[in-house]
Amino acid sequence: MEKRQLRIALAGNPNSGKTTIFNNLTGTRQKVGNWPGVTVEKKEGDIHQFGYDMKIIDLPGTYSLTPFSIEEIVARDFILDENPDVVIDIIDASNLERNLYLANQLRELDCKVIFALNMADVAKSRGFRIDAAKLSELLGVPVVFTVGNKNEGLDDLLKAAIALAESPLEIPEERKVRYSNDIESAILELRNFIKPRVDLSFPYNLRWTAVKLLEDDKIIKDRIREKIGAESRNILIKAEELRGKLSGRFDDDPEIVMTDERYGFIAGIIKEVLSISTRQRVDISRNIDLVLTNRFLGFPIFIFFIWAMFQVTFSLGAYPMEWIDAGVGYASVFFEYVLPDSLLKDLIVDGIIAGVGSIIIFLPNILLLFFCIALFEDTGYMARAAFLMDRIMHLIGLHGKSFIPMLMGFGCNVPAIIATRSLESRKDRILTILITPFMSCSAKLPVYIALAGTFFAAHAGTVIFIIYLFGILVAIITGRLFRTALLRGEDAPFVMELPPYRVPMMKNLLIHMWDRSKMFLKKMGGIILAGSIVIWVLSSFPQNIQYSKDYDAQIAQVNQAYEKKISSGESIDEAWRRLKKEALIKEIASAKEAERAEKSYIGRIGKVIEPFFQPIGIDWRGSVALLTGFVAKEIVISTMGVLYAAEGDSEGDSESDALRNALLKSGMTPLSALSMMIFVLLYVPCLATIGAITRETGSMKWTLFHIAFTTGVAWGMSFIVFQGGRLLGF
Amino acid sequence: MRLSEMREGQQGRILRIGGETRLRRRILEMGLTKGSEIYVEKYAPLKDPLELVVRGCHVSLRVKEAAEIDVEAL
Repeated sequence: MEKRQLRIALAGNPNSGKTTIFNNLTGTRQKVGNWPGVTVEKKEGDIHQFGYDMKIIDLPGTYSLTPFSIEEIVARDFILDENPDVVIDIIDASNLERNLYLANQLRELDCKVIFALNMADVAKSRGFRIDAAKLSELLGVPVVFTVGNKNEGLDDLLKAAIALAESPLEIPEERKVRYSNDIESAILELRNFIKPRVDLSFPYNLRWTAVKLLEDDKIIKDRIREKIGAESRNILIKAEELRGKLSGRFDDDPEIVMTDERYGFIAGIIKEVLSISTRQRVDISRNIDLVLTNRFLGFPIFIFFIWAMFQVTFSLGAYPMEWIDAGVGYASVFFEYVLPDSLLKDLIVDGIIAGVGSIIIFLPNILLLFFCIALFEDTGYMARAAFLMDRIMHLIGLHGKSFIPMLMGFGCNVPAIIATRSLESRKDRILTILITPFMSCSAKLPVYIALAGTFFAAHAGTVIFIIYLFGILVAIITGRLFRTALLRGEDAPFVMELPPYRVPMMKNLLIHMWDRSKMFLKKMGGIILAGSIVIWVLSSFPQNIQYSKDYDAQIAQVNQAYEKKISSGESIDEAWRRLKKEALIKEIASAKEAERAEKSYIGRIGKVIEPFFQPIGIDWRGSVALLTGFVAKEIVISTMGVLYAAEGDSEGDSESDALRNALLKSGMTPLSALSMMIFVLLYVPCLATIGAITRETGSMKWTLFHIAFTTGVAWGMSFIVFQGGRLLGF
Repeated sequence: MRLSEMREGQQGRILRIGGETRLRRRILEMGLTKGSEIYVEKYAPLKDPLELVVRGCHVSLRVKEAAEIDVEAL
């Protein structure tokens, strides 16, 4: 017999333990992607049990199915359009009343629903007794008790789901939410009005459609226009007329009255099924909050946690970073020896390994950062962080939760931008994504160190600190500007649950961390690889450059000259001469490299864009360095190293000393160095970030806008600093 | 009296919820409905937002949003 395919959707409130149940059901066999067109994470997993192939789909956690947030629209559309065989509603048993709101909206949708009363142990320990049989009878829905984190009741849940899927759909009308008489008669009237105007192909339950129209549900209105064409006008007019009548009758919007009545209906159910024993328990979560959100201790503790997160991410991450760095080094040495000299070898060693290697090195940081974030989220501390920071973030018109991504921006913008997923409102998300890159990421630091160290030697630390502050300032100003101009209005309501603190499960933390890091890795495979290859091609072609001098002949000359001296000279001088010879050859080789870079495509591009950078005090070499910095900021320094033909005076010079000397000779002034640092601070962070922005905003338009905007701001600010500085006589 | 005027540790009952529809519905869906009892758990260190206990769960609101809710002290 062929196995039956079942599709089972998990719905439920945030913090109801839905993710834990999903992880326990599907284990590691889960696929994480995005819901089409939006950036809400979609998780699926296949399981084979009891003779069935079951696909479990984790719907976004929502409090209701009012289509206000993306999550709600996604969840509802899935149930409406994809018709899953069964919807399992995960209900936090210790918070039955609020959870039943979503549960009842699911029932109204006319799909097959099962209630999983989760965290049954917590509810019991709080003295809650739930009469499941009664609940099941009153609502006409199978009810199963589960304890997600202990894996209890999940088999029963699946069996119940299978049984329900195999039985015909019937939810008796009389068991659905009953509204007051005025509303019921309006529903009936509208329903009877719709009935003759649609045919059998109309996909939605008529009572539900009538309810939604009375609630002025924009999406359902659009769907009706789409599905029934001409007659829809009359239906919508009729609905509007009934809404007007109800508004007059209740002196309030019908949707508000109906929400109230649903809670009234739920209150009635609660009275019958829930008994609370009077014994009072100490509320541990509340006691923790007495400390963690304390008026005096709250902020110091918060700052400590953030500090600890950075310590873990960057200090602990430094060790595996070294290993990866060494690994990449070995890989390039290996290919250097194994492959015959050819263009392909250059491509692999200088293009692909160097390019991807410079980014994969951040993987440990990213893994650790995401682990910390998952820890904050799963314990419930994230909500407290938002609670503490909201007042400050609100100054820029952002939600308290935006603080975390922006903070992460100081580390790396890629995870920071992915972390904006925790924001509910799309506008908040876009605004946060737009300004987060102004938080100076760790990859920019080497550029500051090189430039500030060279030109502001004694005050380098102060200058770098000011650069960081300047980034924050620009973020605040542009954030406010966007709020008032581009992403106006609609401050997302802050209304947010502060869930009880929980001990996180390692399995969940690891899955969480890995899911997000995987996205980072995937990006590397694509965008960064392509970007590295493009930069490599531009900088190593054309191959047959006409050099102004015959460098090879010069080198040969040096070789020859010294060969004689060394062979004839005394042994004490020999070593010294050898060093001198090597230094001379190195100098000639870097002069050759500099000319080659100048005449390569990227050098030519540099010359072409030089006029653009001239007003901000940057020459063609700086322009090329900035251009390559488009791929990753780490490259800026290495490009500068090549172009300024870092000529070391003697062997004792380290690479950075060599760059310093070259920069000092290049005609760069402290003012133009400052201008360049500001440009680096503000312009497009890197290719990986651009990739992340495209993914997270789901639109090329915002990505292009972001590139143009940040580059514009960078240029403008550098211009002000450079020209202003010149006027002041620096 | 407005919810935003209540002090820490005060208890009250919701009489009316104002404001634009979207915000009102959000507030309602979190269980803050007419007639429900609330307890002001605390204000954040910077005096905004505030934390309420309603129907056994902890919910936070901005002071501006709380100003749209009329309550009677209990």
